[in-house]
Amino acid sequence: MSDSHGGHGALAHHFEDLEQQREAHTLGMWAFLVTEILFFGGLFAAYVVYRSAYPEAFANASNQLDPVLGGINTAVLIGSSFTMVLAVHAAQQRRKWAIFGWLWTTIVLGTAFLGVKYVEYHHKWEHHLIPGPNFLFEGQPGGSEQLFFALYFSMTGLHAFHMVIGAGILIWLSVLALKGRFDEPGRNAVEMAGLYWHFVDLVWIFLFPLLYLLGRHQ
Amino acid sequence: MTAPSASAAPSFAPRDNYLTADYSWRSWLLTVDHKRIGILYLLSVTGFFFLGGLFAVLLRLELATPQGDLVQAETYNKLFTMHGLVMIFFFLVPSIPGVLGNFFVPIMIGAKDMAFPRLNLLSWYVYMIGGLVSFLAIITGGVDTGWTFYAPYSSTYANSNVALTAVGVFITGFSSILTGLNIIVTVHKMRAPGMTWFRMPLFVWAHYATSVIMILGTPVLAITILLLALERLFHIGIFDPKLGGDPVLFQHLFWFYSHPAVYIMILPAMGVISELVAAFSRKRIFGYSFVAFSSLAIAVLGFLVWGHHMFLSGQSVYAGVVFSVLSFLVAIPSAVKVFNWSATLYKGSVQLSTPMMYVIGFLGLFTIGGLTGLFLACLGLDVHVHDTYFVVAHFHYIMVGGAVMAFLGGLHYWWPKMFGKMYPEALGKFSAVVVFIGFNLTFFPQFLLGYLGMPRRYHAYPEEFGVLNVLSSAGASILGIGYLLPMAYLLWSLRYGPEAEQNPWGAKGLEWEKAPTPPPTFNFDATPIVTQEAYAYADDLPPEESRTQARLV
Ligand code: HEM
Ligand SMILES: [Cu+2]
Repeated sequence: MSDSHGGHGALAHHFEDLEQQREAHTLGMWAFLVTEILFFGGLFAAYVVYRSAYPEAFANASNQLDPVLGGINTAVLIGSSFTMVLAVHAAQQRRKWAIFGWLWTTIVLGTAFLGVKYVEYHHKWEHHLIPGPNFLFEGQPGGSEQLFFALYFSMTGLHAFHMVIGAGILIWLSVLALKGRFDEPGRNAVEMAGLYWHFVDLVWIFLFPLLYLLGRHQ
Repeated sequence: MTAPSASAAPSFAPRDNYLTADYSWRSWLLTVDHKRIGILYLLSVTGFFFLGGLFAVLLRLELATPQGDLVQAETYNKLFTMHGLVMIFFFLVPSIPGVLGNFFVPIMIGAKDMAFPRLNLLSWYVYMIGGLVSFLAIITGGVDTGWTFYAPYSSTYANSNVALTAVGVFITGFSSILTGLNIIVTVHKMRAPGMTWFRMPLFVWAHYATSVIMILGTPVLAITILLLALERLFHIGIFDPKLGGDPVLFQHLFWFYSHPAVYIMILPAMGVISELVAAFSRKRIFGYSFVAFSSLAIAVLGFLVWGHHMFLSGQSVYAGVVFSVLSFLVAIPSAVKVFNWSATLYKGSVQLSTPMMYVIGFLGLFTIGGLTGLFLACLGLDVHVHDTYFVVAHFHYIMVGGAVMAFLGGLHYWWPKMFGKMYPEALGKFSAVVVFIGFNLTFFPQFLLGYLGMPRRYHAYPEEFGVLNVLSSAGASILGIGYLLPMAYLLWSLRYGPEAEQNPWGAKGLEWEKAPTPPPTFNFDATPIVTQEAYAYADDLPPEESRTQARLV
């Protein structure tokens, strides 16, 4: 809306100066990430409760996951966090094509992650490991193994959903970069998107060992 | 010709304010002005209040006689569910923060607006969309799980519009999160020069504490509802014992939000009371920093007591003991506030204007509500009164006797500032008394009923509970009139009320001393510079009296 950018262009009407505006945006983003932690927190709590209630079933179920694909994805995500940092750096130096390039590298890595995730989900589908009436675990209608997969899908699904949103934001920022919006709020926006992206990566860093590695056996 | 100076602007010099800035629909529906957004909230919460009230009328009509004659048991289940849902999620949670908080937090700290004006508007839209989705669920069949959505009523055995209603509540939750986030950043970053943390009005402290709960608690409700929806749609077993899931986990997650949520409802009310007590006894708040920090203490401790709703849900005895003790602790900061308000009244020059009538009501009713909370927090006693009308009376004393009273008191106090009009004072006092009498007549008998063993959530009851229930239903009709009266004369005042001065109560605070009535779009003519603590009332008193006060404080 134009009225919130009246007057000094980059400075919204209700702030005194750019510094105040930047600090407000940054604090807002951190507060938002705190709510995100609690949002995922509910799922992690459920995971802890059921993992300790059914350690064996969870270990068996977790053996069905592919640690190689999961490991590759972990590497891809960490790589994308790195390219995101480079995008933020480029934004501070106002280098248009560098911003654009690093944002798109990040987007491509994010998409690669989602692609691998799709392959994994598809395997589970073929092996009847989708929770619900058709769930089968090693040929048997599963018991609490199903809980593991319910959590696996909810947690990784919610995480993937965050990745999709993140990619959308990065695409939007890359368009802004091309239009040459490097005023202070524009630069800060890249930094805020970076915070979000790192947060989403960090969630995965917890998900990977909890879901794929804990209790793995031959 | 001399231009009238801003501070003494007499009312006959009309000037542009946030109401007259633009009259189009667009300018309201796309506004980013926190004051207009506050008005949008006022209209919507009022709508939901009367919708919830309609359900309450039907509930009390059914309970006027022992037989279940007016509605079927199933219908009754839906009525109390929808009453609770609408009143809690769509009225009480957004009421004070959405209306008074939105309007006054920025003004009180000397800001031009909230930190994120567009997010603010978004949060109203999110709230309305959530409200409409739930409303749709209500008119297309309703829900009957109780506002608490307990599994398995809401999962395996659900037979009503659970999913759609839950989606509505889920969406509205994000509105709460956005409001909380906005207030936190506003308080941190938007304060005017000189407005230090300890010069902030206690209303602002209370909203800050509330916002912390909103951003920490609400996402947990959101994920819980999401899991419930997944359970409902795909039968993933997370709350289903057949598959190893545990319905009690739902209760834990639900109350992890919903106990703190009761403080989302009462803390802003406490903030209102602090302002009103100071303004109408012409004194600084006794023990300002205790009142400020008790809000934060409530926000923190409130997260550690959820298990007191589950003493009888198969929680371990040890957990029960711990939750019981922690629940006693959480009453301490609330008590600190009540004592400090009372100490403020002591030797103040108390003026019984309409808002103050509501304050007096609040103090009594909130105290009763809080003390009966302690009864409930006693493990042994709770076995007797859990899920009886005693619990119903407890939370209505706090939520209606406390929060709604404070909302009305605050609305009467700030109405002249918001709309530039005065309402008929005598009528105002009269309806405050009607509300007080109606309220007590409705809910006090419910303590007795609960103690005598009448369970909640049934549409019929044995003859012997008849008298007390008739009293309660009669009281409810008085209470209803008490709510309709302000609705009528406040609306009347918009057109016919006399013009309000800039500071009709002679109160302290930027909203009265510095902002014109009604405020212009950016609130002040120039950014105010704050040189005083909040509530510097003693400065008005003759020297010797202010010295006595200084010794007292
Ligand atoms: C002084 C601090 C408080 C204590 C110690 C306390 C204690 C309790 C306890 C132990 C229960 C459970 C009773 C049972 O189900 O057997 C309860 C229920 C309830 N309380 Fe409080 N309470 C306090 C303050 C509040 C406040 C401030 C509010 C609202 C603003 C509130 C609203 C409720 C509600 C809504 C319920 C019933 C929920 C339901 O089952 O539907 N309480 N309280
Ligand atoms: Cu509680």
